[in-house]
Amino acid sequence: MLRFALTRALSLTLSLIVASLVIFAVIEVIPGDPAAFMLGLNAAPEAVEALRDDLGLNGSLVSRYLSWITGMMTGDFGVSYTYRVPVSDLVAQRLQVSLPLALYALILSTTIAIPVGLIAAAKRGSVTDYGIMGTTQLGIAVPNFWFAMLLVLVFAVNLRWFSAGGFPGWDAGVMAGLKALTLPAIALALPQASILARVMRSSLLETLHQDYIRTARAKGLSRRQATTRHALRNAMIPVLTIIGLQFSFLLAGAIIIENVFFLPGLGRLIFQGITQRDLVVVESLVMLLVFAVIVVTFLVDIAYAAVDPRLRRKA
Amino acid sequence: MKLPVQLILGAALTVLFIAAVLLSFLWTPHDVILLSISEKLQGPSAKYWLGTDHFGRDLLSMLMVGARTSIAVAIVAVGIGVIIGVPLGLTAAANRGGWLDELIMRGNDLIFAFPSLVIAILITAVFGPSATNAILAIGIFNIPVFARVSRGGALSIWTLDYILAARVAGKSATRISAEHILPNIANLLIVQGTIQFSLGILAEAGLSYVGLGAQPPTPSWGRMLADAQTMIYTTPRLAMLPGLAIIAMVLGLNLMGDGLRDLLDPRIRRAKA
Amino acid sequence: MIALEHLSLSIHGTPILDDVSFDMAPGKVFGLVGESGSGKSMTALAIMGLLPRGAETSGRVMLDGGDLSKLRDRDLCAIRGNRIGMIFQEPMTALNPVKTIGEQVAETLLIHTRTSRAEAMKIAAEKLARVGLPQDKFPLGRYPHELSGGQRQRVCIAMAIALHPELLIADEPTTALDVTTQAQILDLLRDLVAEEGMSLLLITHDLAVVSGIADHVAVMQTGKIVEQGETEQLFRHMTHPYTRQLFEASGHQPDRAAPPNNAPMLTVEGAVRDYALPRRALFGPAPTFRAVNGVSFTMNSGESVGLVGESGCGKSTLTRAILGLEPLQGGNIRLFGKDMTPATARDLRARIQVVFQDPYGSFNPRWRVEKLVAEPLHLLPSRPEDWRNRVALSLEEVGLPPDAMQRYPHEFSGGQRQRIAIARALILRPDLIILDEAVSALDVSIRAQILDLLAELQNRLGLAYLFISHDLSVVRTITDRVLVMRAGEIVEQGATEVVFAAPQHDYTRNLIAATPTIPDAWREDIHA
Repeated sequence: MLRFALTRALSLTLSLIVASLVIFAVIEVIPGDPAAFMLGLNAAPEAVEALRDDLGLNGSLVSRYLSWITGMMTGDFGVSYTYRVPVSDLVAQRLQVSLPLALYALILSTTIAIPVGLIAAAKRGSVTDYGIMGTTQLGIAVPNFWFAMLLVLVFAVNLRWFSAGGFPGWDAGVMAGLKALTLPAIALALPQASILARVMRSSLLETLHQDYIRTARAKGLSRRQATTRHALRNAMIPVLTIIGLQFSFLLAGAIIIENVFFLPGLGRLIFQGITQRDLVVVESLVMLLVFAVIVVTFLVDIAYAAVDPRLRRKA
Repeated sequence: MKLPVQLILGAALTVLFIAAVLLSFLWTPHDVILLSISEKLQGPSAKYWLGTDHFGRDLLSMLMVGARTSIAVAIVAVGIGVIIGVPLGLTAAANRGGWLDELIMRGNDLIFAFPSLVIAILITAVFGPSATNAILAIGIFNIPVFARVSRGGALSIWTLDYILAARVAGKSATRISAEHILPNIANLLIVQGTIQFSLGILAEAGLSYVGLGAQPPTPSWGRMLADAQTMIYTTPRLAMLPGLAIIAMVLGLNLMGDGLRDLLDPRIRRAKA
Repeated sequence: MIALEHLSLSIHGTPILDDVSFDMAPGKVFGLVGESGSGKSMTALAIMGLLPRGAETSGRVMLDGGDLSKLRDRDLCAIRGNRIGMIFQEPMTALNPVKTIGEQVAETLLIHTRTSRAEAMKIAAEKLARVGLPQDKFPLGRYPHELSGGQRQRVCIAMAIALHPELLIADEPTTALDVTTQAQILDLLRDLVAEEGMSLLLITHDLAVVSGIADHVAVMQTGKIVEQGETEQLFRHMTHPYTRQLFEASGHQPDRAAPPNNAPMLTVEGAVRDYALPRRALFGPAPTFRAVNGVSFTMNSGESVGLVGESGCGKSTLTRAILGLEPLQGGNIRLFGKDMTPATARDLRARIQVVFQDPYGSFNPRWRVEKLVAEPLHLLPSRPEDWRNRVALSLEEVGLPPDAMQRYPHEFSGGQRQRIAIARALILRPDLIILDEAVSALDVSIRAQILDLLAELQNRLGLAYLFISHDLSVVRTITDRVLVMRAGEIVEQGATEVVFAAPQHDYTRNLIAATPTIPDAWREDIHA
């Protein structure tokens, strides 16, 4: 198990290095002179030169890459050109919104989808099953940002249960914060929960056809016992994969949803960075997002091995 | 053979949208470029079946032309995924266990760490926003999807005896991949293709909505939603209709995909035979 | 007492069983024999109450005076695993991969009795030891993937007998296992029946297996029991034509001409084949596994040679090396004096063809038969003009009509598909055909027909066969010489009759002893 984790960790490190090279190349190499790019066409040559100095662009590519990477590792993400504050401060502030939102949505989606998928599988072919399958089919087809607008229209504008957007900050109290994140989290969770419920259902149905379920029944387990004791854990293996994959969709989705609800999260920051051509912000944030996806994939791999003993000995 | 209900329903919806797109090249109820502010924000009427937007443009015509962008982006993005991803997956499977397989699969994992929105952000930050960005971003993300599906399907076929028979007949790995593997994973690819097509429609809408995709004046469903957002309190119709169009299109494709899978799945077919 | 009384079964309206009745006595083995599709497995599932959806039964399944077929599932659950145990054919997939063997055996106890978990684990350890998995070598914490097929089947048996059931049902329990493992499992079952005083319902396709273990035998054909009785009596005085047909097919001896005394054709000298294994350390060389270790033998033209050995002995690897598909790490393989390697020219490859075991996986399901049979023509410089005629001729030689050319493989039965595979191997008129377990997946009566076909083709066309099989009784009927392979090495070779009559190597002796046979004395009565 330890060796499994170590080999995975090695491949995680490699992925991170290659990903950082790609991001560095796109942001700092392709535009030619990032400083001129950031200031636009009409910038004075002296201003460009000053920014070049500021950003440390006069060093070689290798030294620039190394200083960027070592900086990131020590928490120094550079200084935002537009905000004139360290990017790490901005990120820390914005993460307080984005991270709880993604987790909130993940928890919602998982706690709803798994029981729903189980019920559909248990009642296969019934009206309940058809109802669930129809609803999830619709849930997958709904664009989450449109669903978000719909939620605002119904629950904020008409019913006035929630505010239409904005975030009061955690200082205003945990409940107030969670309340502001509830509609966004529901909007994010709906399509993911629909997918997850369908995967849970089909995975369980497939597992129930395995030989060892027949063995369990021959041992005297009832259908329900065979399902809970033997099928469930095996059926969770593909479900785990999907949960891992969904994390990256949730992160990406959160970027868009934050726009609908005017939430001061990473998504808003990235878009401001793009419109203001603040490459320092964009570069560091993209690296952060990719880092998050890669680390979650790693954690899912480890969770896999915990569920499936066959994987533990494989490197 | 009895066709699954969902296949018929899904195909009907898909055909409807494609027909609307084709029709839009020849004829739309009104010109979508022409602005007529005097007729802005009108409700549905005999002249404007679905009403007009804040510039007085006919909503139905906008939806028809907007479908072009969505469908074009999704189709090209699926094309990129298939044309690059499938050969990669087949190559990896033909060299299973070898360094080339390892390289291709690790490359896949790497791309998976860049959701299409992140790719779009990277491209837009450097090149500025455009519909091409959307195509590239979605297309690049499609590559590992198709590579994985084709590798997985191909691996199970490589273990079968008819592949050994083909090798005994002196056929090369490339030839075997083309003659034996590809036709037998076509089912998988068609089903995955419809899924990625529908995901592409959703992704394009999302990218255009946040301004990373199609730019004005190109009509697109995502842009229409973005424009409608500020007016959602007063004229929710403007936001509802493009949303419903996206849902109907994606639902149609997903139903068709599910139906095709039921129809083409050899396990199900064998059971019926 | 367990008895079936006039049991009939249909699934979604299709009749599966028709008026099946038999009695089983405690401490006795009851053998239920039939070919695939005869309904023997469904009989077992009907007793267990585990029939698929859409099943309708009539008649009675009596256990100590109670009718199981009338019970609700809840009451059946109390009987399954407790009073009736069952084991299945495929031990590789019969165990839950994510639970330890201890947990799975203990579960039987925990479900049916008020045993504590610790006590259940203790009993599980005893039961595992009883079936030949002692704790010092196979602790309770082992997972199924850490065990071999035979060991997994032992775990299944431990699970099934944990509560001393009155009846144990074994559905083809040894079909997926090697002969020596099969003999051990059959011995174990026989001992358990004697010690525990339970009844064993043994379901098998193999007459030889039942002849060695069963006290009573019933023969099933298309859902009916055509004949049943005390084993020796039934074998000596079989009355039903189907029983006779099965019996004759299982010992079938095809008519073969004596091999011509020709020059050597295939020579294998000191062949060595290594595989790379997954790396154990992150860096450093990958360990290797030697699948074929210094194998040498010679085959003459027109000769029929058997290569026998159990799974994992390296016979499939050797086959691929002889076909020139994989490189050797030592020694050489020569066909007509020229090296067979992955770089071998096509004209030499055309002289050797192959027929595989699985009649389903042997053909691209999307190709028509004419294209399938024509595939080896790829080895010719260009596809001949008359390729369709050649395909038709090949099909005719294996007894298939020309209209088969336009059909797809799924339209044919297993036996017909093996004929198509032989037609494909014949189309280039090769000198040598490798038959890789080519009749192993077939029912005995179909197998006899295919063996006749092979013998006839050999007599007529002067083909040489390399007959690779785990089944000694088949190899004995169709080969002139035999090679015995174990762990990558040939441990014994010689004329087939000599090796079978007086095996020299211990392993060969074990193999022959483990192979179930119908006593010769029982056969004589039939022919008399």
